[in-house]
Amino acid sequence: MKGVVLGQYYPGDSLIHSLDPRVKIVSTFVFIISLFVVDNVPGYAVTALFLVSAVALSKVPVARLIKGLSGILVLMVFTAVFNLFLTPGEVVFSFYSLQITREGIIVTVKMLVRLVFLIMGSSLMTYTTTPSALADALESLMKPLKVVKVPVHEISMMISIALRFIPILAEEADIIIKAQKARCADFDTGSVIKRAKAMIPVLVPLFVSAFRRANDLAVAMEARCYRGGDNRTRMRPLTYCARDYRAYAVDAALLLGCILTRVIL
Amino acid sequence: MLELENVSFTYDNGAGVGTRALEGVSFSVEPGEFIGLIGHTGSGKSTLLQLLIGLLKPTEGRILFEGEDIGQKGYDLKKLRSRVGMVFQYPEHQLFEETVFKDVCYGPQNIGLSQKECELRAYEALRSVGLPDECFYVSPFELSGGQKRRVAIAGILAMKPDILVLDEPTAGLDPAGKNEILDLTDELKRDRNISIILVSHCMEDVAEYADRILVMDHGRLKYDESPVVVFSHVEELEKMGLSAPAVTYIMRKLKDRGVDVRNNIITIPEAGAEIMAAFKRRHP
Ligand SMILES: Nc1ncnc2c1ncn2[C@@H]1O[C@H](COP(=O)(O)OP(=O)(O)OP(=O)(O)O)[C@@H](O)[C@H]1O
Ligand SMILES: [Mg+2]
Repeated sequence: MKGVVLGQYYPGDSLIHSLDPRVKIVSTFVFIISLFVVDNVPGYAVTALFLVSAVALSKVPVARLIKGLSGILVLMVFTAVFNLFLTPGEVVFSFYSLQITREGIIVTVKMLVRLVFLIMGSSLMTYTTTPSALADALESLMKPLKVVKVPVHEISMMISIALRFIPILAEEADIIIKAQKARCADFDTGSVIKRAKAMIPVLVPLFVSAFRRANDLAVAMEARCYRGGDNRTRMRPLTYCARDYRAYAVDAALLLGCILTRVIL
Repeated sequence: MLELENVSFTYDNGAGVGTRALEGVSFSVEPGEFIGLIGHTGSGKSTLLQLLIGLLKPTEGRILFEGEDIGQKGYDLKKLRSRVGMVFQYPEHQLFEETVFKDVCYGPQNIGLSQKECELRAYEALRSVGLPDECFYVSPFELSGGQKRRVAIAGILAMKPDILVLDEPTAGLDPAGKNEILDLTDELKRDRNISIILVSHCMEDVAEYADRILVMDHGRLKYDESPVVVFSHVEELEKMGLSAPAVTYIMRKLKDRGVDVRNNIITIPEAGAEIMAAFKRRHP
């Protein structure tokens, strides 16, 4: 259970780290949209330029970002195989009944580039922003939805509490697993069913403890007169400063650039 | 029986630099010994205990149980854990079965004993921790905190360990509950020759029960001596955020005021006897 990388935050004090979390969420969205706008080499070059500069500014080790890709390796392989073999067109290579077409290669390369950029871009956001900052930013960005009666504050509060609790529960699970191992529990051998059953002595105490903690937290919040979102102020309100506006300008430029490559070229 | 040779341990937190929790710790545990383990918070006591039963692997050094390295490939850790019983801090948080009795059977079942043997051991263990019979078939979640803790300890005792390791077993108990647990450990030591390793933040308890005290300071083993010797280093202990038992301070003060008493006294009965003796010498 060691090293539960939640949100995989990579501590730092780079320009990207210090941007307002709302900017980072919006930028990530803009980046993803641009990825699907572009369709030619200059277009991809623009998005690549954006990603590379963001990564360079963030000072997050590239190796880490690449390691993050391992999670979607299977997806990448599947996408590649299907696109390679199943796209009709001008055959460039064939063995037995399998054929690789020129169009297939192009589609595959495009898909892979998009996928890799997409994952790298969004993980750059989670690497440079703490989960709680992301939750705050989401609350702020979703504020307009209040008009249509979406309980924005409550949702964000739930997300923040859940985020706060995951590492605590992970630690607790670690202790319970160790305690049951001390009672000679065996989690690593036997059939799948046997292993699943072996988890009961971990899950029951974990649930009990989660409920106990939730109850304690509820009592503590009540004791401090917590009562939902209206008129609540923040200890650290999110405020934009000059660099945030500049970042928005870069986002706009990115989107515009991508649209231009699509329209003109 | 259990030996540590130059054991070091670093928690790996993924980002390269880990937390050095233990640094070159060596000591051994003999049968029937009562060892007190003290140290400031974060000094590495819990880490040390987890190493003893192979829940963590030493980064350097080795741990031998009956002469065999417990870190070697293919070593039967299950067997080790049935012989070195470990009671975690707040052990009541690991109870999970429908009834107290079933929960205590969990350990023995895991070592592959017959159902009958498991039940026999569970019954015996529950009796030895002094849980009243009418509690045996209720849900462990209905018991009081102190009772739950006794059930959890019974769960370990049912495996009949030769060494019993307890991490702050009295935390959060009332004075009566606390004494019951400590007396139980003392009884186990005397009647069954079980070695006890007790982690405690209460100097009075270790002074009273332990035959030997290990003092941890920032991951290093500072002292490994008898209680009287350890508590004679009052100034050093205070520098480590520890102290001597209150009664030691009283005896030292008396001595400073010219009363003819020894200043290496660490338990209350001993102090009482010493003061009476001094009084009799003064007023024959
Ligand atoms: N799971 C863990 N991951 C990383 N570091 C840890 C972990 N557990 C403990 N540590 C660190 O190892 C050191 C020793 O911790 P340990 O829990 O062994 O201390 P302790 O003596 O038991 O303290 P206490 O008296 O508070 O129980 C501390 O610096 C602690 O921060
Ligand atoms: Mg501890």
